[in-house]
Amino acid sequence: MLRITEDQQALVDAVRDFATERIAPHALEWDEQKHFPVDVLAEAGELGLGGIYVDESYGGAGLERKDAVLIFEELSKADPALAAYISIHNMVVWMIDSFGTDEQRAQWVPQLAAMQHLGSYCLTEPGAGSDAASLSTRAVRDGDDYVLNGVKQFISGAGTSEYYVVMCRTADTGSKGISTLVVHKDTPGLSFGPNEKKMGWNTQPTRQVIFEDARVPVANRLGEEGAGFHIAMKGLNGGRINIGACSLGGGQAALEKATAYLKERTAFGAPLTTKQSLVFDLAEMDAKLEAARTLLMRAADALDRQDPDTVRLCAMAKLVATDSGFEAANTSLQLHGGYGYLHEYGVEKIARDLRVHQILEGSNEIMRLIVGRMLVDG
Amino acid sequence: MKIVVLAKQVPDTWSDRKIDLESGLLDRAASEPVPDEINERALENALAFKDENKDTEIVVVAMGPEDATKTLRKLLSMGADSAVLVSDAALAGSDMVQTARVLAAAVEKVGGADLVVAGNEATDGRGGMIPAMVAEVLGLPVLPGLDEIQIAADKVSGEAVVDGGALQVSSGYPAVVSVTEKTAEPRFPNFKGIMAAKKKPLENWSLADLGIQAGPEAASVRSVMVSAAARPPKEAGPKVADDGTAAAQLAEFLATNRLI
Repeated sequence: MLRITEDQQALVDAVRDFATERIAPHALEWDEQKHFPVDVLAEAGELGLGGIYVDESYGGAGLERKDAVLIFEELSKADPALAAYISIHNMVVWMIDSFGTDEQRAQWVPQLAAMQHLGSYCLTEPGAGSDAASLSTRAVRDGDDYVLNGVKQFISGAGTSEYYVVMCRTADTGSKGISTLVVHKDTPGLSFGPNEKKMGWNTQPTRQVIFEDARVPVANRLGEEGAGFHIAMKGLNGGRINIGACSLGGGQAALEKATAYLKERTAFGAPLTTKQSLVFDLAEMDAKLEAARTLLMRAADALDRQDPDTVRLCAMAKLVATDSGFEAANTSLQLHGGYGYLHEYGVEKIARDLRVHQILEGSNEIMRLIVGRMLVDG
Repeated sequence: MKIVVLAKQVPDTWSDRKIDLESGLLDRAASEPVPDEINERALENALAFKDENKDTEIVVVAMGPEDATKTLRKLLSMGADSAVLVSDAALAGSDMVQTARVLAAAVEKVGGADLVVAGNEATDGRGGMIPAMVAEVLGLPVLPGLDEIQIAADKVSGEAVVDGGALQVSSGYPAVVSVTEKTAEPRFPNFKGIMAAKKKPLENWSLADLGIQAGPEAASVRSVMVSAAARPPKEAGPKVADDGTAAAQLAEFLATNRLI
């Protein structure tokens, strides 16, 4: 399972060529200027990055989750923030493709998979984060429409995305009263907050998405009424693996930078690689990243096989990978000394970008909650 | 239309490239073998025509060690229809004449081509004569070193830069052309192309399959390496001290070395 096949190597090579040429040379500039490169995303779509593990019927690449882990690791070496947006977009496209009717899939998936259209995932609200089932954005049925009211918080791609996959309340029955609507950006009553000022992830916009009597056709509902929480959580299983793989790629890039720096930097008359404690830092980073890689592949394999242990493994993989990735980036920053703190060396950006991976797609506290509950309740 | 694209696997241009001084051959373990970039540009020109003319068939032909299939898979994943690798122990150390004979024989064995497209030169050998030699063996016209190329249904034409000007050239089919890195920005292979590539035909031919000889028995038409020496270390160039005539000295230096 853990040996990379020739096909997978070819996919990784293709992603590396693309990312090295089209993403890496611009990542620092995009970060500084808060530029969201939709033109590059459209090119990524031509490669097949818009629907990596989406069925081929409506334009997906039809690959496996294990392939996606390798792909997101490679993409993230070039730019964790853009890779992470692509991972969110993939989650959205997969949700529409998996839970939509043939008609809905034919209508939305081809252009999303090609990344001609971008997608956003709208679950979190100002007052509902980890406790997602308490969300209060409300959809009230009115003829052939729902009338949607509420606010979604921290939405990646908001303002630019064509489609918003929105979890909303259609009944006051907790998690069972949530439904999923696909909302087009031009819907009257839909508006966006200002682009949030953030610590990292600057290349992708983050805004509030605001619904004020927005009328959404009932035909835009994914699945049955009340199925929304299930759909949201299913999407997140894969989302967690992907965001973990993005942390892994960022951490790996940070490790490679630190290794190169210790080799070339001289202090007290010898290269820093002669200082055993610093080399131990590198070894520690390498071991933890390899552990994360192994666990991510195991979780992805479980998801590919629909293994009953999927939820637990995805939560563990997300926890381990996002912690290991951030730690590696932070250690790399330390090992670079003052240069690590400078933007142009590209290390502090990795640390800033990866920090939020410990918070989103279910915070790492929620990952512990999922794993812990299974131990205690099992 | 049937287009054959000639391809080559080369040692990574950005790594240390070494000659094994014992054998006089390339030390293949010294650097990673990669597809020569110019292959992809040559193929891109053919693919651009195929995009508009779906019934175009593109066959990639290469000569090299068995692991050169990696290069061919990449070109298949970009959109070529099939590929042929000529691989034979007797071909190790081939010179350009022998390489051209083999490639020409392979082009004939795939059933000939309306158009053969090649890069103008490989990044390793840099002889730059293979396309012309292949044309010679096949008895076809050659349009060499094109900076711009137009492939049309009835003719191929383009522009080649020559000393002090540009040459407009064209030919009916069949013909051989070689293109420079100015011609086309190659597309990235996409995931579907990569997965489809493994199902496309990739044939391995030996010299026996081609019915030609290339070992010592072909010595009359090939050169043989008798000795090899390492590249001499770089020496410092002349220093120009500015005593007021530096500009004149610099111009003189450039002119003497035919750099201007």
